[in-house]
Amino acid sequence: MSKNKFSLSDFLCKFYVYILLFVMYAPILLLIVYSFTDTKIIGKWGGFSLHLYKALFRDKEIMQAFANTFLVAVSSAVVSTILGTLGAIGIFYSGKRSKAFLEGLSNIPVMNAEIVTALSLTILFVFCGITFNFTTLLIGHVVLTIPFVVLSVRPKLMQMDPNIYEAALDLGATPSKALREVIVPEILPGVFSGFILSITLSLDDYIITAFTRDTAFQTLSTYVYGVTSKKGTLPPSLRALTTVITLIALVILIIVNIKSSKEKEK
Amino acid sequence: MRKNKVFSRKILALPYAVFLVLFVLIPLFLIIAYAFTDESGAVTLSNFRTFFSGAHNINTLMFSIFIGLANTAICLLLGYPAAFILAKRNMNFGKATVLLFVMPMWINFVLRTAATRDLLFAMGIKGGEHPYLSTMIGMVYNYLPFVILPLYTTMTKMNYSLIEASYDLGANKVKTFFLTILPMTMPGIVSASTMVFMPTMSSYVISDVMGERKISLIGNSIQLYFDQGLWHIGSLVALIMLLIIAFGSFCTETEEEHTSRGGLW
Repeated sequence: MSKNKFSLSDFLCKFYVYILLFVMYAPILLLIVYSFTDTKIIGKWGGFSLHLYKALFRDKEIMQAFANTFLVAVSSAVVSTILGTLGAIGIFYSGKRSKAFLEGLSNIPVMNAEIVTALSLTILFVFCGITFNFTTLLIGHVVLTIPFVVLSVRPKLMQMDPNIYEAALDLGATPSKALREVIVPEILPGVFSGFILSITLSLDDYIITAFTRDTAFQTLSTYVYGVTSKKGTLPPSLRALTTVITLIALVILIIVNIKSSKEKEK
Repeated sequence: MRKNKVFSRKILALPYAVFLVLFVLIPLFLIIAYAFTDESGAVTLSNFRTFFSGAHNINTLMFSIFIGLANTAICLLLGYPAAFILAKRNMNFGKATVLLFVMPMWINFVLRTAATRDLLFAMGIKGGEHPYLSTMIGMVYNYLPFVILPLYTTMTKMNYSLIEASYDLGANKVKTFFLTILPMTMPGIVSASTMVFMPTMSSYVISDVMGERKISLIGNSIQLYFDQGLWHIGSLVALIMLLIIAFGSFCTETEEEHTSRGGLW
């Protein structure tokens, strides 16, 4: 097919993709547009204003929820990444039976409905008489994210040249040194994507958070869920919040895109 | 010496294994144990009787399965062509466009759903008046990215020469689609469906926010029992869901590929 020739079917294909993207982004775009005006109801433009942003950054409850969300996401991702990476390495060098057992076990939270995972953890905590606190929430998020770390690291282990670890040992490295200086650098991209994936899943989570948190501890998900169930539409300052979150996501998107195109050049 | 070395790498999985046993395996056994016992701890089938004697509960279960299937079908119908076009080389869609389809996943799920509700509200579709329509739209909005990603991943690995061969051998577009393209993309369809079906029927957030609590899904039942501290009957409902999941993964086991969520990075 020549490049300059106009093809109707190609045009329609592109049109479909862009229309779909537009429809998908319509709710977010609407909120972003109406975050720059100070009206209660979406649809009535009240002139340009940054009032909602001021209100957002002054709202202690929302800011606290925002900080909490990141606290949970980062701490659970760190725990998941460390435990999961070690787990993936250990599983990779395990015997057939324990490998099958651990891989099967890792798949349970992936396949399972989130609400079943959430309820099963709740019952465990209730059964053991543990009161819900930050640790229970952290455990919930680690359960949610850890299999994805293992799944991201595993392919890198399989791609690795099995002889380099042996070579390091033969050259006099201790097993822990060989692990740190030979295996870890090889699997680092997988570890990194596991970490990012963990953060993504944790930030987005509602159900496990709702079940395993101390009820006084609000994340963005639980906060927004709480206010939407009270009123008809979102409180106006949350429109400003949508803009902020979309901007953050966009920045991450651009960074990931640049990083992956650089990797391609290599 | 050599034995020691092998041992030292295996042992790294120990904390992970302990974690999984404590927080995945034991909780699942507790669910099963709770489903078959009552408050006093005596073994009983009364939870089953209570659940299955309520017409409301069976309706909820059936409706959940229905909405799960409907959402899977709609998302596949909308997402399949989009993923196909994105994966086609002569379209010159960069990875950035694919990422754009996935980016909504990075905007908080509850906020995103509430935004969809606000859009429908502005268009005159009020959740309280059209709970089914709103919920369905909310579901499609939320799960479409989860369909496009695994489909796209499968389609980029597709062997295009087979499609050309099919045309060369005289097959028309319809025949080529059903006999070569569809079978080649089956793993993507399977993993997309598992990403959508179960979360749709079990999540209660979308139906609560979009349908203004006028629609009850199986997830709502569990959440309701959770709120009331009725762990035993709640466990029974969870057990039923576990059985559906087990059945589903048994059916798709051979074709399961874990490219779905992690495939992009």
